[in-house]
Amino acid sequence: MKITDYMREHLLLLDGGMGTLLQAAGLRPGEAPERWNLDAQRSALIREIHRQYFEAGSHLVNANTFGANRLHYTIEELEAIVAAGLALAKTARDAAAGTQPKWIALDLGPTGKLLKPYGDLAFDDAVSIFAEVVRLGVRYGADCIFIETMNDSLETKAALLAAKENSDLPVFVSNAYGADGKLMTGASPAAMVAMLEGMGADAIGLNCSLGPEALLPVVKSYLEHASIPVLFKPNAGLPTEIDGKPFYTLQPAAFAAGVAEAARLGARAVGGCCGTTPAYIQAVAEAVADLPLLPIRKKNETVISSYTHAVTFGKTPVLIGERINPTGKKRFKEALRTHDLDYILGEGLRQQANGAQVLDVNVGLPEIDEPALLCEVMQELQAVSDLPLQIDTGDAVAMERALRRYNGCPLINSVNGKAESMAAIFPLMQKYGGVAIALTLDENGIPATADGRIAIAENIMAAAAQNGIPRHRLIFDPLAMAVSADPTAAETALEAVRRLHAMGCLTSMGVSNISFGLPARDAINGVFFACALERGLSAAIMNPDSAEMMKTYHAFRALHGMDADFGDYIAFAQRLQPAQTAQSASPAGAPAAESGSALQDVICKGLREQAGALTKQLLETRPPLEIVNAQIIPALDRVGVGYEKKQLYLPQLLMSAEAAKSAFEVIKAAVPAEARGGKCAVVIATVRGDIHDIGKNIVRLLLENYGFTVTDLGKDVTPEAIRDAVIARHAPLAALSALMTTTVPAMAETVRLLHEEAPWCKVMVGGAVLTQDYADRIGADFYSPDAMGAVRYAEQINETL
Amino acid sequence: MQLSTQNQALSFDAPPVDRREILRYARARADGGAVDALLEDCLAEALPQLTYRVLCRRLEIEVTPAGVAAAGFRFASRQLAARLEGCAQAVLFAATVGLPLDRLIARYQRLDPPRALLLNAIGAERVEALCDAFCAALAESAICTPRFSPGYGDLALETQQTVFQLLDGRQIGVALLDSMLMTPSKSVTAFIGLKTGENE
Repeated sequence: MKITDYMREHLLLLDGGMGTLLQAAGLRPGEAPERWNLDAQRSALIREIHRQYFEAGSHLVNANTFGANRLHYTIEELEAIVAAGLALAKTARDAAAGTQPKWIALDLGPTGKLLKPYGDLAFDDAVSIFAEVVRLGVRYGADCIFIETMNDSLETKAALLAAKENSDLPVFVSNAYGADGKLMTGASPAAMVAMLEGMGADAIGLNCSLGPEALLPVVKSYLEHASIPVLFKPNAGLPTEIDGKPFYTLQPAAFAAGVAEAARLGARAVGGCCGTTPAYIQAVAEAVADLPLLPIRKKNETVISSYTHAVTFGKTPVLIGERINPTGKKRFKEALRTHDLDYILGEGLRQQANGAQVLDVNVGLPEIDEPALLCEVMQELQAVSDLPLQIDTGDAVAMERALRRYNGCPLINSVNGKAESMAAIFPLMQKYGGVAIALTLDENGIPATADGRIAIAENIMAAAAQNGIPRHRLIFDPLAMAVSADPTAAETALEAVRRLHAMGCLTSMGVSNISFGLPARDAINGVFFACALERGLSAAIMNPDSAEMMKTYHAFRALHGMDADFGDYIAFAQRLQPAQTAQSASPAGAPAAESGSALQDVICKGLREQAGALTKQLLETRPPLEIVNAQIIPALDRVGVGYEKKQLYLPQLLMSAEAAKSAFEVIKAAVPAEARGGKCAVVIATVRGDIHDIGKNIVRLLLENYGFTVTDLGKDVTPEAIRDAVIARHAPLAALSALMTTTVPAMAETVRLLHEEAPWCKVMVGGAVLTQDYADRIGADFYSPDAMGAVRYAEQINETL
Repeated sequence: MQLSTQNQALSFDAPPVDRREILRYARARADGGAVDALLEDCLAEALPQLTYRVLCRRLEIEVTPAGVAAAGFRFASRQLAARLEGCAQAVLFAATVGLPLDRLIARYQRLDPPRALLLNAIGAERVEALCDAFCAALAESAICTPRFSPGYGDLALETQQTVFQLLDGRQIGVALLDSMLMTPSKSVTAFIGLKTGENE
């Protein structure tokens, strides 16, 4: 019988601790427990522990393969360890008394490394590390794969993908939550449920870290959201020490009572982790023996998640920020072409600050490598924003790559009624989970009537169901079209929203399409949004920077009892008022701008917003280049000199640089790129192995301010990547940063490579560990102790060209 | 404080904030104006997100002039040996203020570099203050040497590999990178010698 079939009718008893028992048997600190599988005497002990768990009543015992992966063992040893580990568990199963059905799991623990961007393990490498172990597990006869003690959502996803892609075995996934009820990297239980269930885990839950009582709130959260079996393997309380040996505070009876409480609430598989022994599992077996089995209910929730939290649709309207999208945006297109990720991320973070709950991500331009850029932007966004993302692309390759690497349960934009679209998207949803926006159009275009659009929605639902995708994983977009082109467009879309809502379907619309071609579009958009909300719209793809839209949203929620005590509305109102006052006050600032030196002063003081506003005013009367040369650059020089004389400090230098940057942004928007002039190209990077980039970013910021065209390759960059960038741009200057003595060799290698293969390029270096002497020894052309020195040298290079 | 020979995870209350020290890390000075205001703003944003966690274990050590032996490992470092001279035991610990601060820093690197600079300095001051708090707790029941970290003097940064074999960083959410740096970035590992005649 398959374990998953058995679980439908029975409570499953798991095993207890292994590591703590091996420590008690003499496992030394730092010693690899999996090696014991290969030692005749010690493997007998492992087999005996397995046997005792089976005799205590366990249905599923985890083989001793927790840390077995190629980061810790050679390939040959890894194979031997997995083979021996599973064989030990099987022999124990054959030897054990007890008539219960018995299964054996390949145990997969964390790699011990943290994934990028905060760690250094690439997602694809993590998948391949786990995949290797999974294939061995299959080869040597595991009945099931038990992923456990994972404290990072992305690593959990990598392990689950590896299991699904390399076996047909049932997969159990268990995470380790802290006392705050979250994973170490921040994920809530609801976020994990959304991601893991969507990807097809067979049972999910939690183990390790704390005792049963402390973890009960997390179990409850799993039970509230999960539609699949929930498992629970807590520790025997917290460890203390007696006579130099670890000792767990909770005794078997108390432990079993805590675990039985979880089973009573609906947990379908229970056992123990650190500090538990066969005696604990025996006690659990007795405590749960007479419990009635609670049915596992389908929750039919529509949930997406980020690496921290879940967003649920259908309760209160969800705002999806639409601004990360090049359509009709000159500045955004330029940012995509010049790989200006800061601008793109800034668009995301501003929408978040203005109230977006989800960010749409669309980077499609005909001339760019969309799969690569979409993944890059998505991953960079996930490094700085905790909002769930809506992956928006028509490129199937880009969609798959992004869904694969997304940290959480994504929103997919979009599928539609065309057979080709459904054939592309539904398999991706089966594999990677997620919720899709379903557009009511098909091979015949967009129907003119609500009837036609509902019919397509029904077709999509039926096709999805055939692929095992229930309707709650679809959000229908009945397509708001320009009302200026078709006076019935608004009513058609609204009627479709009403009917879909009545059918129990969720809906979303790109609200601002409605006003295309009309003046003062915000006015139309705000009212159309209100009408749609009134008819039951569940989500809107919209501009969170629009005050009209946000007013509608907050007022609607306040009026419909969705905003307890009007807390959100009042907070919104408070944010709204100062903004309006500031607007009306701005003309008073105008005379100062006329006087000319005002912008200089504002930049010197580091006032970012004023710098942008003043530049805008100045542009009305003066040519852009004059503003740059007569205002911005002199201001930067003043601050730079003050810094060099130690009258000003690094924060002030940076604040001024930021103010200048916002002035430049205004100028960029007003002047086409080619007319701006500018100085030579500079390639900048933190060298391989080094992840410190604050210093490098400061230098980049200042170089940009002084008009250099900077290509920032980021941190931990290989010598070859730096060489390629220098050659591609024929850059006359490269700037390298290293903070650690251990990465100076990588810097030396980069300098050598550049001098050999790009002899025209000067190389300047900087960073905490460097000195003039060091720089000379590695053959750098210039050493700068600080950012201003780097700017001065770059100016010098630029003049010699 | 009861010291275990096993991995022991501890949580500390937030130690008092030393603003001068933060500004020193940021290469700044209090100016009674924009810098101070920015610092207060950064503190208000960062402090609620910090956790103060330490993972430690007590080790029996053997000190020779050339290095220190503990738990079957050898740490070749004359300076560490000098620091731990006369100690039969040492405490090895890892301290961290957690990953959320790294996320904040990453975010403001993009959006607001002055803020990133100060947040980075806050992190440096906080994790050092945490180490001080841990050492002060140790000093209540033992005579302790000053702490000594991998990467200082002649104790190679590669020692981190051994440190992480002895400490299960996962318990407080600290991981070692290939570069021998740690994540979260505001983390510290160090040895502290325990002079005889204390603790037990």
